[in-house]
Amino acid sequence: MECNGGGGDPTQILQQIETLKAQKTEIENRISVLEAQLRQIPSKEEPSPSSPKIINGGDHGLSYDAIYRYSRQLLLPSFGVQAQSKLLKSKILVVGAGGLGSPALLYLAACGVGCLGIVDHDMVELNNMHRQIIHTEAYIGQPKVKSAAAACRAINSTIQVVEHEEALRASNALGIVSQYDIVVDATDNLPSRYMISDCCVVAGKPLVSGAALGLEGQLTVYNYNGGPCYRCLFPTPPPSDACQRCSDSGVLGIVPGVIGCLQALEAIKIASDVGEPLSARMLLFDALSARIRIVKIRGKSLQCESCGENAALPPELFQSFDYENFTQSSLSTAPLKLKLLPDSARISSREYKERVLNGEAHVLLDVRPLHHFKIVSLPGSLNIPLSTLDGKIPVISSALKEEEERKGPSSTASASLYVVCRRGNDSQRAVQHLHKMGFTSAKDIIGGLESWARDIDPKFPTY
Amino acid sequence: MHLTLEFGGGLELLCQSVKIHNVEVDSPAGDEKLTMKDLLSWVRSNLIKERPEMFMKGDSVRPGVLVLVNDCDWELSGQLDTTLEEKDVIVFISTLHGG
Ligand SMILES: [Zn+2]
Repeated sequence: MECNGGGGDPTQILQQIETLKAQKTEIENRISVLEAQLRQIPSKEEPSPSSPKIINGGDHGLSYDAIYRYSRQLLLPSFGVQAQSKLLKSKILVVGAGGLGSPALLYLAACGVGCLGIVDHDMVELNNMHRQIIHTEAYIGQPKVKSAAAACRAINSTIQVVEHEEALRASNALGIVSQYDIVVDATDNLPSRYMISDCCVVAGKPLVSGAALGLEGQLTVYNYNGGPCYRCLFPTPPPSDACQRCSDSGVLGIVPGVIGCLQALEAIKIASDVGEPLSARMLLFDALSARIRIVKIRGKSLQCESCGENAALPPELFQSFDYENFTQSSLSTAPLKLKLLPDSARISSREYKERVLNGEAHVLLDVRPLHHFKIVSLPGSLNIPLSTLDGKIPVISSALKEEEERKGPSSTASASLYVVCRRGNDSQRAVQHLHKMGFTSAKDIIGGLESWARDIDPKFPTY
Repeated sequence: MHLTLEFGGGLELLCQSVKIHNVEVDSPAGDEKLTMKDLLSWVRSNLIKERPEMFMKGDSVRPGVLVLVNDCDWELSGQLDTTLEEKDVIVFISTLHGG
């Protein structure tokens, strides 16, 4: 195989890559065929006449291979063959194959959970890869469930991996959850958290709940052994604008990784009946200060509308409950699209580009937070984050004046004011505000920088 | 009375992104003890710099905020009526939903 380091023609290199990839695929196909042949040949590992057929001391039912595979866990006095045997008989459902679900699934598959279910309806995307470590680049654009299941099977071909390629909703949740013993909530939104908790109460399943955002994580076990459920703790949902998402607020990849690992640990403890699960306690993880706090939280609430004394949450009621309406937020990760302004106060990115090309005197105000602005911005734009707009009105006035002077006295018209943000929501809020402050001709760019990248400049980075 | 207040889960953004505050809080005039109710109104007027509705609702915290007094849910110590003592650590944490 020739490897010319540097100086090569890119076209040639690309051709070489393509050729090698084709060869690799062919070799992999041949390997799978051979592996399949091998599986059909009866095992030659019959016990020799000198060794007794039953080599274990009990009825744990671990096979020859299982004893070797899980030997390091069997050697643990506080885990041992009893716990391993329970684990191998357990069925665990992981809802969400994202940042939390990735490590959780890998460990649950590796440690020998008998049946592992995966629910997700999303596709693998490039901006998932930094935290959703179960997926590989080859699966970009494919269902996360398929990718995650393949990774689990690659680690442990002796367990059963079940793919549920659909969104978990009140209408289908009971049917899926009831097939399992334990549920791991690795979702990323509020309505799912209420729905999964209620479903676990109705179905009588313990729930290992984890969450992560930014540089913090939280973990607890609900509905376990008389402990509280999610609604015991949070009977009323928070206001929807208090709910941040990774796609808006960011998350350091390893933070959900840490929490996902701990979720797998709690699920393993419950499944194998060892240790003290984190029920009526909550783990709070702060990555920046390297601090983990375990706090005592309230027990089951008698007034809880889901699991309390007088609670009546029959399956039919659960199945028809509108969780999106209850939490005033969406199950899907599709970003919000506001329409706060009349069409006369908005322009498209195409129109904006025309005006720039025509040399129109204008100021482009970018109202994103500074750390967004630093990632990428349109040339010449002025960054004043929405939260600081109030105090910066004079800056806008002088920028407009400067632009008018720059264009010279020939242009009698005053400079226009355009406002842009990431997706076109904050820009509308800003324009509403600017109108009140006397900038009555301010307009926002519909769809923000995302529309600029989509319609005008495909090379403009999106994030 | 010396207290340590901690904000997490995004609530620190309401107090200039500072997570830990070591503060001196006095009981209201004519009262010997300091309760969580007193502390909340002190926090609201002294630490919360923006969007107070993201921290409080009525005279309590908004839904979705856990309050911990010395690592213990305030539901277990009497919520707003919890009496605070010297060197207590009070944590306000917003629940996270991301993953
Ligand atoms: Zn409950």
